[in-house]
Amino acid sequence: MRGAVLSALLSHWRRRPLQLATLILGLALATALWTGVQAINAEARASYAEASEALGAGGGRIVGTGPIPPETWVAMRRAGWPVTPVVEGEIAEGVRLVGIDGLTAGGAGPFAGGGEAGGRAGEGAATEAEDGVDPLAFLRGEAALVSPEAVAALGRRAVLGGREVALVPSAAAGTGEVVADWTLALDALGREGFDRLDLSPAGPEPLTPLPRGLRVVSDGGDVARLTDSFHLNLTAFGLLSFAVGLFIVQSSVALAFEQRRPAFRTLRALGVPGGTLVALAAGELVVLSLVAGAAGVLLGWAVAAALLPGVAATLEGLYGAEVDGGLSLRPAWALSGLGIAVAGALLASVSALWKLWRLPPLAAGQPRAWARASGRTALWQGAAAAGLLALSAAVAWAADGLVAGFVTLGALLLGAALALPPVLSLTLAWGARLVRGPQAEWFMADTRQQLPGLSLALMALLLALAANVGVSTMVGSFRGTFTGWLDQRLAAELYITAGDPAQAEEIEAFLAPRAEAILPIWSVPTRIGGVPGEIYGVRDHATYRDNWPLLEAAPDVWDRLQRGEVLINEQTARRMSLGVGDAVALAEGWEARVAGVYSDYGNPAAQAMAGEADLARRYPDAPVFRFGLRTGDPEGLRAALIEFGLPPEAVIDQAGIKAFSLEVFDRTFAVTAALNVLTLSVAGFAMLASLLTLAAMRLPQLAPVWALGVTRRRLGWLELLRSVMLAGITAVLALPVGLALAWVLLAVVNVEAFGWRLPMRVFPGDWMVLGGAALLAAALAAAWPARRLATLPPRALIAVFVQER
Amino acid sequence: MRLICLLVLLPATSLAQGFAGLGTDAEGFALPDPDYAIAFPRDHGPHSDYRIEWWYVTATLTGEDGRDYGVQWTLFRSALAPGEADAQVWMGHAGITTPERHFAAERFARGGVGLAGVEAEPFRAWIDEWSMEGPSLSDVTMTARGPEAGFALDLVAEGPFVLQGALGYSVKSAEGQASHYYSQPFYRAEGVIDLPSGPVAVAGDAWLDREWSSQPLSEGQTGWDWFSLSFEGGERMMGFRLRGGGDYTSATWIEADGTPTPYGDGALRVTPLRVAEVAGRDVPVEWRVELPAEGVDVRTVPLNEDAWMGVSVPYWEGPLRFEGTHEGRGYLEMTGYE
Repeated sequence: MRGAVLSALLSHWRRRPLQLATLILGLALATALWTGVQAINAEARASYAEASEALGAGGGRIVGTGPIPPETWVAMRRAGWPVTPVVEGEIAEGVRLVGIDGLTAGGAGPFAGGGEAGGRAGEGAATEAEDGVDPLAFLRGEAALVSPEAVAALGRRAVLGGREVALVPSAAAGTGEVVADWTLALDALGREGFDRLDLSPAGPEPLTPLPRGLRVVSDGGDVARLTDSFHLNLTAFGLLSFAVGLFIVQSSVALAFEQRRPAFRTLRALGVPGGTLVALAAGELVVLSLVAGAAGVLLGWAVAAALLPGVAATLEGLYGAEVDGGLSLRPAWALSGLGIAVAGALLASVSALWKLWRLPPLAAGQPRAWARASGRTALWQGAAAAGLLALSAAVAWAADGLVAGFVTLGALLLGAALALPPVLSLTLAWGARLVRGPQAEWFMADTRQQLPGLSLALMALLLALAANVGVSTMVGSFRGTFTGWLDQRLAAELYITAGDPAQAEEIEAFLAPRAEAILPIWSVPTRIGGVPGEIYGVRDHATYRDNWPLLEAAPDVWDRLQRGEVLINEQTARRMSLGVGDAVALAEGWEARVAGVYSDYGNPAAQAMAGEADLARRYPDAPVFRFGLRTGDPEGLRAALIEFGLPPEAVIDQAGIKAFSLEVFDRTFAVTAALNVLTLSVAGFAMLASLLTLAAMRLPQLAPVWALGVTRRRLGWLELLRSVMLAGITAVLALPVGLALAWVLLAVVNVEAFGWRLPMRVFPGDWMVLGGAALLAAALAAAWPARRLATLPPRALIAVFVQER
Repeated sequence: MRLICLLVLLPATSLAQGFAGLGTDAEGFALPDPDYAIAFPRDHGPHSDYRIEWWYVTATLTGEDGRDYGVQWTLFRSALAPGEADAQVWMGHAGITTPERHFAAERFARGGVGLAGVEAEPFRAWIDEWSMEGPSLSDVTMTARGPEAGFALDLVAEGPFVLQGALGYSVKSAEGQASHYYSQPFYRAEGVIDLPSGPVAVAGDAWLDREWSSQPLSEGQTGWDWFSLSFEGGERMMGFRLRGGGDYTSATWIEADGTPTPYGDGALRVTPLRVAEVAGRDVPVEWRVELPAEGVDVRTVPLNEDAWMGVSVPYWEGPLRFEGTHEGRGYLEMTGYE
């Protein structure tokens, strides 16, 4: 019997392939966006993990201003620094040689307790053994590991550093990498020292301070922590897209159930139990959603593959996190995509299934064209909308934290979406009083009557538009503020980096008569309030007094700075709830009063600025390598410096830094823009789906109007106009929602995620473009149904009267 | 004798392979010579013409808190190729045993760049910041540390160096595999152990083993049980059993003045009395040790039966107390329990 019932249910889709396509495509699109975002996140996280594993540690990297000589490394290990050297360079097109020390690559080896002890130190070498390279040959520079792809380019043997080396394919070598012993790598690359020393987090505390000229750059765990907020943002975007997609699914499912009422009644009358019917309908949905989900996962993979390079560039630019540009199919996100497709489809169908469950067996099977929103429903929706908006405001006002930020966002968007139908209805009622003439009045009344059928699609459009306005306002505000901040902060005309402290002194002497001012840029790594950060030393100079952007400052802030007070960056001030006049711990035994707070965009770490003399007294050995130069003739001075012996890349002018910073910034938000476009497309598709399904059912309402003498062509135009009008009103309504969204992003989410608050700027020009896009989307969505109506055979319209419907 | 064998016996670990070149082939390396006359301080330094070598110290200590502690400090040398003094890999192991916990740490370093090495006199052996240094090997300070624990002990020899086997030529199998082997079993040790709970001042005895060879084990041998015992009357005893291919035992009775009496295969009997699960393996942690020729029949009990060195070549190494015909303290090393 079940087979018969199922085939009766499925026959519906056979007769309405378009509806089926809408359902599947809608769900597939929703799943695609969700999966795409998940795939990007998964790939990025896997990259971090791989990177920190490849380092053999998550501790950090130690870099200098030039190559680090092997003697320095040896001296550091003798002083208890758990460090292992890395030297890298390109040896052929697309092939990098990475030199490591296989014996120390695993860190110091933990003095760990109990049975968990140890083994770490052997890991580096053990990896080699798994991959079939003889560790002896590796250590002696007779063999190296090579990534499987690079074998194609290099073969199984290569001459490196004048020696013939066996290349052993190994997964331990990253894409396009040859991993060799450092002695071999130094020879082959013609280097005198290492690029960096990787610091193991597992080792004991070093016995000596870091040697002069070296500094620790955090990585590994830090990268994951820093990028968490970025990934959370992406996830939120994915979820939003998915929600928009679910509107499509909901409308298709509701329609299908409504249309199948007579079939359901007949089946119940024939003795099919209600439970069986619901179970079969749900089963049908699960199968459909699995098909759609699978398609969505594939589509999502394509989306991710297209977006990943941008995201990778963003992450690298913003956080220095390296992400591999390639995408691999990971079961985690593929399964999560399928799961959310099924869960989403069922969620979107709950009300339909519930109605089916409650349907009395002999209830009238008369299709009601569409479930009309009763007065009660409208009231309920209005109340829910008001409640959600109130919740959103309350959370924004009362609660802190990223989660609270996203609750605010979610409640705001959902509340706004629910409020849309009542508001549209009121707007149309008001509009109906303004128009004159029977056709115009009919048009307004008919539009209002159709609202329930279109409201879901319009809600989707509202969400997409609001997200667009919100995100673009946020990005625009950020960019504007950032540009202004760069202009102020990069006040010096030239920035130079010396090779070592000795050269730095020579350069200072060389510059003394040539530049208007030499501003050393130097810092020491420390823990500010217990958090890793840096303290910069500031010379007392008008450049800072005139230009440095301060958010909050005590009177005579620059004088106070030279008297021992400090400035902290906004991130630190917010994280530690510090303000002017508070005390902050800068290092062991150094506590100072905060004289001011400065904005510091793009830097996730804690930072402070102290008077130059103060810092020099506490850290007499801290080297100064970088300088900002004030000069009236940057071109001439640059040329002079290069002639003096500085490499061109060590002398950067202000414009170069600005261009680079803005490029990083723009790349950062390129992904957001792409997701914006996709969301809007999904919303447009939702409208098309709704209009198509409505079109067939509207014939009974249109036939009388046609019979009264309105041509089909004109009816078609009116359909198009209706869509555009509704989209236009929705766009207008989306504007305040979008601005509210932008405010939440700037004032709540950004503060939590990045640690800075930005002034909001509005860009009416963008809104016009976006409004145009919304109208265009609506027109495109309505074009096909309208055209079908305009060319409908009159016979079909007459048939309406024949069927007495 | 010790870890020479370990490195050969555990080829699953890459570095064991690396250290001993699969342990079957001594080609190009020097072989132990029964006629070689050990001389000091020369032989405190490295013998790079031999494949493997170590400086191995264990200490049985009592803390200011009245509790027993054990400390191990070891530096292994392994030659990558014969005739190249710099082509060495060095490995350091350190262990600290308390009644409740056992800490193990490991370091690796290549030779020839200053990361690790040994110099005979003034004596200096080091890997990274771990070291054993002093005016001579009879007076050294020994330090090592890991993330959780560390130690610094002053060792002063209160007796002579003792040649094991036949004047320092120690046979390891019926087929004749052997090594050069001498000990300093009479160190007085004093110093501090840094534990997660804080530093503890300690004092007690320590024992150094020096051994070098190129091919110390026969193919069928799978592991060993090695004992160093200090008797209340001032005597010392070293004994080991090599398992597999028919057990092979060896022992040295050392008078309080340092006079050794070597005993060949069969004189020593060791019998497991209790087996415990340690790091997922069945390891005999209590033993009956008999050397009838000297009237020794004792039962050993470990300070902490979880004295597992979970390093890249894992083994059991920890302090013990014994009673029976004699009383005293000692160290036990067991390898090859899979």
